[in-house]
Amino acid sequence: MDFPIFHLDWLGNRMLIAITAIIHVLINHPMAVGAYPLLTLFEWIGWKRRDAQWDGMTHRMVFIVFVITTTLGALTGVGIWFTTSIVAPFAIASLLRVFFWQWFTEWLVFVSEVVLIMAYYLTWRKLSAGRGKPWHMVLGVALSIFSWLTMALIVAILGFMMNSGAWGETKGFLDAVFNPLYIPQLAFRTAFAMTTSGLFIWFCIPFVTREQPELRTAAVKLAARWTLSWLPLCLASAIWYWQAVPAAMRINADVGVMTQAFSKWYSMFGQILALTVLVILATAALGAWRPRLVPRYWLVIPFLLAAWLLGHFERVREFIRKPYVIAGYMYSNGVRVSELPVLQRDGMLPYATYASVRKVTPENKFEAGREMFRLACSRCHTTSGVNSVVDNFRRMYGDEPWDAEQMSGFLFGMHMTRTYMPPFPGNSQEAEALALYLKSLQPGAKANGWKVAARQVGGAQ
Amino acid sequence: MTPVPRDLPLPLPLPEEWLGILIVPALLLHLLFVNLTVGAALLSVAYEFAGFRDRKYDRLAQSIIETITVNKSMAVVLGIAPLLMISLLYTPQFYAANTLTGHAWAALIPLITAAFLLAYVYKYTWDKWNVGCLKRRHTRVGLMMALCFFTIPLIFLSNINLMLLPDKWSEIGGFFDSLQVGNVFPRYLHFMAASVAVTALFLCAWLGRKGAAEVEGFDRNNLMRHLYKLTFSVTCAQFAIGPLTLLTLRSNRLNLRTMAAILGGAALGIVMLYLLRVEIRRTQRFVDARFWVIAALLGGTALQMGQGRHFYRESALEEHRSRVRERTVEFGALELATQMSLKAGRGAGESLTGPPSGKTVFLQVCGSCHSRTGMVYAPALTEIYQLHKDHPEDIVKWAKNPGKKRAQYSPMPSMDHLGEEALRAVALYMLEQGAPPGGPQATEKAMPKR
Repeated sequence: MDFPIFHLDWLGNRMLIAITAIIHVLINHPMAVGAYPLLTLFEWIGWKRRDAQWDGMTHRMVFIVFVITTTLGALTGVGIWFTTSIVAPFAIASLLRVFFWQWFTEWLVFVSEVVLIMAYYLTWRKLSAGRGKPWHMVLGVALSIFSWLTMALIVAILGFMMNSGAWGETKGFLDAVFNPLYIPQLAFRTAFAMTTSGLFIWFCIPFVTREQPELRTAAVKLAARWTLSWLPLCLASAIWYWQAVPAAMRINADVGVMTQAFSKWYSMFGQILALTVLVILATAALGAWRPRLVPRYWLVIPFLLAAWLLGHFERVREFIRKPYVIAGYMYSNGVRVSELPVLQRDGMLPYATYASVRKVTPENKFEAGREMFRLACSRCHTTSGVNSVVDNFRRMYGDEPWDAEQMSGFLFGMHMTRTYMPPFPGNSQEAEALALYLKSLQPGAKANGWKVAARQVGGAQ
Repeated sequence: MTPVPRDLPLPLPLPEEWLGILIVPALLLHLLFVNLTVGAALLSVAYEFAGFRDRKYDRLAQSIIETITVNKSMAVVLGIAPLLMISLLYTPQFYAANTLTGHAWAALIPLITAAFLLAYVYKYTWDKWNVGCLKRRHTRVGLMMALCFFTIPLIFLSNINLMLLPDKWSEIGGFFDSLQVGNVFPRYLHFMAASVAVTALFLCAWLGRKGAAEVEGFDRNNLMRHLYKLTFSVTCAQFAIGPLTLLTLRSNRLNLRTMAAILGGAALGIVMLYLLRVEIRRTQRFVDARFWVIAALLGGTALQMGQGRHFYRESALEEHRSRVRERTVEFGALELATQMSLKAGRGAGESLTGPPSGKTVFLQVCGSCHSRTGMVYAPALTEIYQLHKDHPEDIVKWAKNPGKKRAQYSPMPSMDHLGEEALRAVALYMLEQGAPPGGPQATEKAMPKR
């Protein structure tokens, strides 16, 4: 990649994006996508019953959802772009060029969604009397549709981006829709959003119904029934998705380590799914029947379980994508497939504008190795922390002093056995330099070096 | 030394000229709402403090912060289009600035989120936290919000400034370094002043409109005069800050069209100042055609200035962009030539002459899972040695068609494609490596037997 390198060790660069994205999805799904339809339903019930108290309660809940979605929700969405800009500028910039019109369309839908959110919340009082109310509920329905549409579109774009086969040859956007994972994925996300929105609203109800115990009980029953009625769909779509994944994975998961990681993911998804559905089922059934038996803070548990399920669900995209960031075109470290032969022949450093070293020499070998780490590895790996190279080598070579020669040999062949790794994008001097640097990271390596130096000094005497 | 990176070898989705035309209005629309957000936050906090002396300013402050709900969300959502365009037009420059100030750039998201949440707290607790220590808490929330809104534009402007200075990039170690190059601070002042002026004029229309709830202590006429005066004095100050900003740009990059756009904007600004003065001196004021002329003049000034900034950006980066383009094309040609020569069979792969040694194959292929003593992904060489020390051909047989013996490992993929010769070499190498110290002789003894 030919951009200055921003590297966040320990936490890891990908983790920065992941944290932003997970917060975003956890707000978007239960609140933006799931809660607005539920709240529109609440509004309709209040209107039908001509119940001003019920309407006031709904308004206060809309306020909570409004505050969270227009601050943390909206900004973490933009934040995915911001964090990607510094972590993988090569990827985001390429994607913007290729998928410009899709993003542009998404932007239009997004603007409409924001305008509708504002209109829905801010016109509540003005449109609450008499003839205004039906129009206000139309706003609620429109908002629910646009929130869902934003999600449906972005998932299609993400699917399209990961679709293997060069985009030039494909029919474009429709590919995403016919991607074997798209429809099950969208179904799962939708049902998940609806199921968890009931839990979230339920959690909110006690805060907005102080000293109104009857109102509270009735509202909790409704939220619990909502969750309960979406739960079978959530389970069915999750199973649908779960069964569709292996077919989509078959291309990637043909090698030992990959299969191992994937089968672990696969069986764990089933377990988390079963646990989550059972806990939600028990909670929601009790809520629909005997709401007072469920303590308020218990709701945090099914919600966290659901978050765990979703987080685990999202990881499959990592499997499908690797070793590419754009299928068949660019590896996750920013090296394009077509430039690889040049870099492997001449080395990466001569073409790396922002590297401090242009060529490996015996004097700068260590420095060159560190630059190679930053250029070729640092997008996914840290030196100590999340997905650390040190941990990976310890797992392979143990705690005996590592062999630099073996390591540089490994660097050249790793993409053949670990198919999620991109090929080493440099020449053999650079691999040796990188191996020297990596070896220096081994815990205790410095102490060993010091001992050797001390022995040499001793020998000289 | 100026870094000249390679650009991405992908075509732009729109012709460059169109993007250049679209970016100015897209950016201005975004900036309008940013101005209204930042201006409302700062004015509200300032008026709240004035409200300790005269209650009517407290009421005014409250009416001002109420506008932030819509404006801040519009600012965010309308920011996406210009961000999209600037990333397309100035890919190597803009992302270089982002990554060089990476920590600050990443901090923008939590900062803006905090600013928005504080703005909600500030707005919705106004009536509740209105006396004594509660009021003091309220002002503190306001100050924290203002602090966020003071910082956020500085980070954005430092990036917009830094992207124009490729020759300084090698000196930049982070956000604070980026404040010391170019003219971040004059730009920043110019922007903050514009925020106040634009917001004051907007409030004139918003609070002076027909059917608007009256701000207690002000009649509409007085309120409008007060806001016109504010717009007037801040715009006057802009005639000092503006030239300062202009003079701190690189003078050799200022060309005729940049100057024409900026001076044209200044001329419109002068007409606007004149009309504002007329309005301030009148006895009655309404949101009528006169107001809209003033607003249009302010809009015209902003458009001219935005256009001027775009022309400056184009001229400041002209040389760098053409060098980047050259380098990109050059590298593209090299890439293509390399691919052609590879196809013709004279490529990188040629460096390996003759059949690969057992050691090479082991390091490149087998070493991914097998190591001398480790047992993580597959059995260690020491163990393989114990099993097959006298029969290297068993290793070859197994590698061609592996079975599955151990539950803890995933099955080994077939290595048949490596060929008999390579497998035999690698088997010998593995036994050699797996032998206990002093053991290699044992393997050599085993060999002649075969």
